[in-house]
Amino acid sequence: MAKKTHVTTTINGQQVEFLCEARQSLLEVLRDVLHLTGSKEGCNNGNCGACTVLLDGLPVDSCLVLGVEVEAAEITTIEGVAQDSCLHPIQQCFLEDAALQCGVCTPGFIMTAKALLDRDPNPSEEEIRFQLAGNLCRCTGYDKIVRAVQDAGQIMGNQRGATSAAAQANGSRASKAKARAGSK
Amino acid sequence: MSSTTEGTKYKVIGTRPVRHDGADKVTGRAVYGADLRLSGMVRGRILRSPHAHARIKSIDTSAAEQLPGVLAVATRNDLPNLKDKIANLGEGAVNLAHLSANVLAHDKALYKGHAVAAVAAINNHVAEEALALIKVDYEPLPAVMDLTEAMRDGAPLLHDDVHTNSMGKKSEKPSNISTHIHFETGDVDDAFAKADVIVEREFRTASVHQGYIEPHVATALWNADGHLTVWCATQGSFTARQQTSELLQIPVSRVTVVPCEIGGGFGGKIAVYLEPVAAILSRKCGRPVQLVMNRDEVFEGTGPTPGSATRVKLGATNDGKLVAGEAWLAYDAGAFPGGMIGPGCMCVFSCYEFPNARVDGYDVLVNKPKTQAYRAPGATQAAFACETVIDELAERLGVDPIEFRLNNAAKEGTRRVDGPVYPRVGLVETLEAARNSEHWKTPLEGPHRGRGIASGYWFNIGLKSSAAANVNPDGTVSLIEGSTDIGGTRASIAMQLAETLGIRAEDVKPRVADTDGVGYTDVTGGSRVTFATGMAAHEVGLDIQRQMTERAAALWECDVESVEVEGNTYKANGNSITFAELAGKLGQTGGPVVGRAAVDPQGSSHGFGTHLVDVEVDPDTAKVTILRYTAIQDVGTAIHPAYVEGQMQGGAVQGIGWALNEEYFFDDQGHMQNASYLDYRMPTSLDVPMIDTIIVEVPNPAHPFGVRGVGETPIIAPPAAIANAIHGATGVRMHELPMSPPRLWAQMNKNGS
Ligand code: FES
Ligand code: FES
Repeated sequence: MAKKTHVTTTINGQQVEFLCEARQSLLEVLRDVLHLTGSKEGCNNGNCGACTVLLDGLPVDSCLVLGVEVEAAEITTIEGVAQDSCLHPIQQCFLEDAALQCGVCTPGFIMTAKALLDRDPNPSEEEIRFQLAGNLCRCTGYDKIVRAVQDAGQIMGNQRGATSAAAQANGSRASKAKARAGSK
Repeated sequence: MSSTTEGTKYKVIGTRPVRHDGADKVTGRAVYGADLRLSGMVRGRILRSPHAHARIKSIDTSAAEQLPGVLAVATRNDLPNLKDKIANLGEGAVNLAHLSANVLAHDKALYKGHAVAAVAAINNHVAEEALALIKVDYEPLPAVMDLTEAMRDGAPLLHDDVHTNSMGKKSEKPSNISTHIHFETGDVDDAFAKADVIVEREFRTASVHQGYIEPHVATALWNADGHLTVWCATQGSFTARQQTSELLQIPVSRVTVVPCEIGGGFGGKIAVYLEPVAAILSRKCGRPVQLVMNRDEVFEGTGPTPGSATRVKLGATNDGKLVAGEAWLAYDAGAFPGGMIGPGCMCVFSCYEFPNARVDGYDVLVNKPKTQAYRAPGATQAAFACETVIDELAERLGVDPIEFRLNNAAKEGTRRVDGPVYPRVGLVETLEAARNSEHWKTPLEGPHRGRGIASGYWFNIGLKSSAAANVNPDGTVSLIEGSTDIGGTRASIAMQLAETLGIRAEDVKPRVADTDGVGYTDVTGGSRVTFATGMAAHEVGLDIQRQMTERAAALWECDVESVEVEGNTYKANGNSITFAELAGKLGQTGGPVVGRAAVDPQGSSHGFGTHLVDVEVDPDTAKVTILRYTAIQDVGTAIHPAYVEGQMQGGAVQGIGWALNEEYFFDDQGHMQNASYLDYRMPTSLDVPMIDTIIVEVPNPAHPFGVRGVGETPIIAPPAAIANAIHGATGVRMHELPMSPPRLWAQMNKNGS
């Protein structure tokens, strides 16, 4: 049996250690080693986006990332989106706008939408459709998903208040990403 | 956008509450089939045939069994012999020998991807290594992929025990044509002779997949006491239970099916694939075994819906009346008989009044996976043909396509070619709504653009549903139902109970129970859940109301007859108490109140839709862009309008995918060449615009709230509507799906447009 590697990483704000085989994807580690089953497997080859997580703030298909690659990274999964048992505005808008039917694509869409709206809470419809194009939904026809992202963006924009505050947030994320790139 | 019951006579129906299972589904907490983790659980993988058609001479599993970490191996030898046993699985008779041979191949592999053996191991990787150690001795046989070829005499035969059943008569020789259906009404030949205009066209459509994002999954535990529990993603826990018990020849009482959350089905998650195999593996190793398919296994091993070859001939008089219709339809069944040809034949002329019509249909075996239902199974292929010819006929007659349809539309009293006479139906209303829509009234401008329209029809079956509910002391009600919730039906059923009891939707707590937790309930399919299980919920409500009335009478020591119910309030002789207050007094008035109902509505009701679409066709590449889309449908009564719109939008976009891109590509060996989401091109968010909806409500007389099923009708019209729009944009009539750039380009250039 394959030898395992020890990995230390941060998931949803908590430092996590796990052992994984070189062939195990991050998705497999999340679901089978750490029992975080909110990230879904729709294709296991990067084509559906159901497994999307944020890796240092950027959306990635976790089925295309190896578990051993996430040493010292910061990962957010769907389990880390709601804070203190309060739904995130994206989650709230998905519910209020009926943007899910079967719901299996929903965690992936929420993660992609979060990455987009964290960067720009007021994207155009075209920009939303472009950013979401890596996530497949077979049930909804996308209409209500796009509207939910628009509505969530409005709430997030309001919450964030002045543009300067938003710029600051972007700056701190960028510097963290840079710091991580440097550490490799 | 929608005109609905919102704000009219109902309090709950027509509102848009947050679905009850919503928080779980947006936080990742909902447990889908593959999320289940049981103590001691191991994983399994399936070995699949590399040949489209081959005799399996032997299977040697000894090396696989020796691999460390392997716990069990299963093959055809582990399945009971079910020679020609026929079982009724709720949606018609099924030959169990065929079902069994689909689950694990018997003497032949009949399509590439056909399951041949299975392994349970400590993890997926070890299981996969073990698959490579199984030695299967195949004798490859010629495969037949094309259905017209498969129909020819001398074509390679898939089964030597399948004979054509033509109107109850069996052919002498075995054949790939398993069924021939024939419907006829009036004097068709005479009517064509008298028609002023006749249009006859031939059509082809490719195999397409339902495309649900969640792959098939099943986990089984064969307990030491002999009881089998199966957790799975199924559209019907009771049919999964029955299929599993029949295939393994154990009584249903020894099988419990626990439906997990399900990530889409669209008809493709009714037949069992993994459940009996997981059960066998579990029996052999004594541990829970979880089997999950890969995406390529879903494409190659589970039901696409039939590809088709059809011919439609319509005749009309100069005054715009349809006088005769003739349809010839051949649908591929895949590797086992029992495709979607029946409903195809019933639906092909179902939108119009045809005094004279003839329909012939053929169910044809080919070396593809056994076809399965896909949202209005069989209707989309038929409507593509009929609605395209209708459009051409209207054009030839110089009549507006909506007027032509209105002139001939099916309505109350119209007899469908296969016999049934429609009660009150809403096709005319959807056509009128189309004519009055902003979309239709706004002229389409610009080059290479066209507008198309098409209508579609689908039955809403009734079938059996059970439900029960417990009144809680705080005035809420816990509802237990058996319909697996694929798209928000917990909400639409709970709302009907809430409406009946005069309480809020939020005060009903719906739960989908396993097969031991609720009475028999048929599949989530046939657009039946909000209709039939909703009807059961309404009856549960009436049952509770009757008991609560007795409790009020007991409280006030008066006659039950003197208690009146108004919304959530019970009144008698100047006394008055709300449902919630009364619920708090159940302890003093006789104990718990439990409502129950089981329904089996007979016959089917009828759902019509009309779709409008504007397209732009790139003159150089023939790529079709959807500019604007409006889906219009008679839904009877919209219980939760947001989810009704969602069904219409989702169905429309699936239809757009079917129309423009989706198809199985096979090489000359019968190997699928595009078994991934990258190459099997389903619509993404970038491929479609917003989908506008117009909800038309012509209440269904057969339902207490007037509900018609909604889910399936929306997929039917899109391919024809888009074909008609492409004609407007390019002058080309497309007769083949998908209308992908290469196909359309060839036609555009052939016709010199
Ligand atoms: S499972 Fe990762 S993209 Fe589909
Ligand atoms: S809601 Fe089912 S796939 Fe998106």
